[in-house]
Amino acid sequence: MTAERIVYMDHSATTATDPAVVDAMAPWFSKGYGNPSSLYSIARESKKAVEVARNQVAAALGAKPDEIYFTSGGTEADNWAIKGVVSANHKKGNHIITCAIEHHAVLHTCEYLEKQGFSVTYLPVDETGQVRISDLKAAITDQTILVTIMFANNEIGTIEPIAEIGKVCRERGVYFHTDAVQAIGNVTIDVEAMNIDLLSLSAHKFYGPKGIGALYIRKGVRIDNLLHGGGQERRKRAGTENIPGIVGLGLAIERAIARMEEQNKRVSALRDRLLKEILKTIPNTRLNGHPTERLPGNINVSFDFIEGESMLLLLDHFGICASTGSACTSGSLEPSHVLLAIGLPAETAHGSLRLTLGAENTEDDVTYVLEQLNKVVIRLREMSPLYADHKKRSCNV
Amino acid sequence: MYSEKVMDHFMNPRNQGEITDADGVGEVGNPTCGDIMRIFLTIRDNIVTDVKFQTFGCGAAVASSSMATELIKGKTLEEAWEVSNKAVAEALEGLPPIKMHCSVLAEEGIHKAINDYRIKHGLEPWEEKNPHSHDHHGHEDETCSS
Repeated sequence: MTAERIVYMDHSATTATDPAVVDAMAPWFSKGYGNPSSLYSIARESKKAVEVARNQVAAALGAKPDEIYFTSGGTEADNWAIKGVVSANHKKGNHIITCAIEHHAVLHTCEYLEKQGFSVTYLPVDETGQVRISDLKAAITDQTILVTIMFANNEIGTIEPIAEIGKVCRERGVYFHTDAVQAIGNVTIDVEAMNIDLLSLSAHKFYGPKGIGALYIRKGVRIDNLLHGGGQERRKRAGTENIPGIVGLGLAIERAIARMEEQNKRVSALRDRLLKEILKTIPNTRLNGHPTERLPGNINVSFDFIEGESMLLLLDHFGICASTGSACTSGSLEPSHVLLAIGLPAETAHGSLRLTLGAENTEDDVTYVLEQLNKVVIRLREMSPLYADHKKRSCNV
Repeated sequence: MYSEKVMDHFMNPRNQGEITDADGVGEVGNPTCGDIMRIFLTIRDNIVTDVKFQTFGCGAAVASSSMATELIKGKTLEEAWEVSNKAVAEALEGLPPIKMHCSVLAEEGIHKAINDYRIKHGLEPWEEKNPHSHDHHGHEDETCSS
């Protein structure tokens, strides 16, 4: 059965490509298909389009255009930043610092490098999901060559103290990379003011196309290539440019920055209403993450006595798209490493629900989700032996 | 990812609830792993005349509980004991490999409930295949077991 109504509240997973972005990309498939490396005129057009997009990305970050390198997405940018920096600087030291709640694109890269002989410190986070600056300071040694801490967390939406981290890293002479995949278009970013040396981003998180991203590399940062081959991207990233993707990324980031203030205001107001009502109307529920330092569209809540996958299945039945930190959807047995790192017991992590609001959500959507979510939680609790025990306990008090 | 049958039993669970004066109760799983199943049996003249379940868990766990209770209703204790996890999974038209443990949980829950009845009636409990296990098949890096 397909629900009559679809409410998409999973914008941290991906977003629909903005129609204006799709329109801007379209000519670059069948008309402006020239390879920028070629000499004829249609190739020159492609090359120009890439440089326009590079300027757009640079402007969004407070960077210079020649510090922007296009990649296939956030995962490649993270892999390149980390592997490239440690490979080019391994004579200086072999120590990397990251944190416990990073995206797997960072965590698994660090784990891989550990197997290659590098030493990695995984900083803990506090109960809101933030890295403590004192922990970072204590972890930096004369062997440290890279600190990689995400700008904002994809599950709980917590925004890290990036400017402070950047300052510490600069003072100690350590390169600082940040995975800003979730932050672009939601938080003001200035790589100069924040002392960021490398930054990863991905277009499909801010209403751009999938399969395209970028890595900002501050001029002068010593970094090896990840991909070897042709001389594209000033000999740093081989492979024929994804022109439609690059054009789409450029326009998407420009539009995201232009409407950021207005959209954040609108989306966070919707989010605040939804969150407040969830906590008010559904007992035995808690908010995960930071009360204020969080992405404008992010809600992450845990419902006691029920499990996340069954929640998602029922919500999907009512046309609501959401996600969970329960193990049961991830193909692994462990619940979300992020929720465990902020100190949630496994059973609370299993009962977590992430709703991430975005551009097309409305007041009506919030009302609808509240109504359905209440029904879903009641229905699953009625089924749950944990809830039955809880009811008996409260009756006996 | 789920068969229509699984979705049917998840959306319309059979025999969900509690029997307050049950003759046998079995509970398996643990909250850390994200699934707990509790099976309640009413037994008259060696026959399962009523059965109910409560489940905390994923869609497959709920559907497995629902299907397993359907399969043992009206059966003798000996027949109910023989309902295997495979039979539960097959009746559900298959489960994803990572969810097979849900059907194992259902089989174990029934075994526990039957033995609970037998012990209460002064009978020797039957030998459970994997007593107190929570077997997630096919995972080498097993960390969630009880």
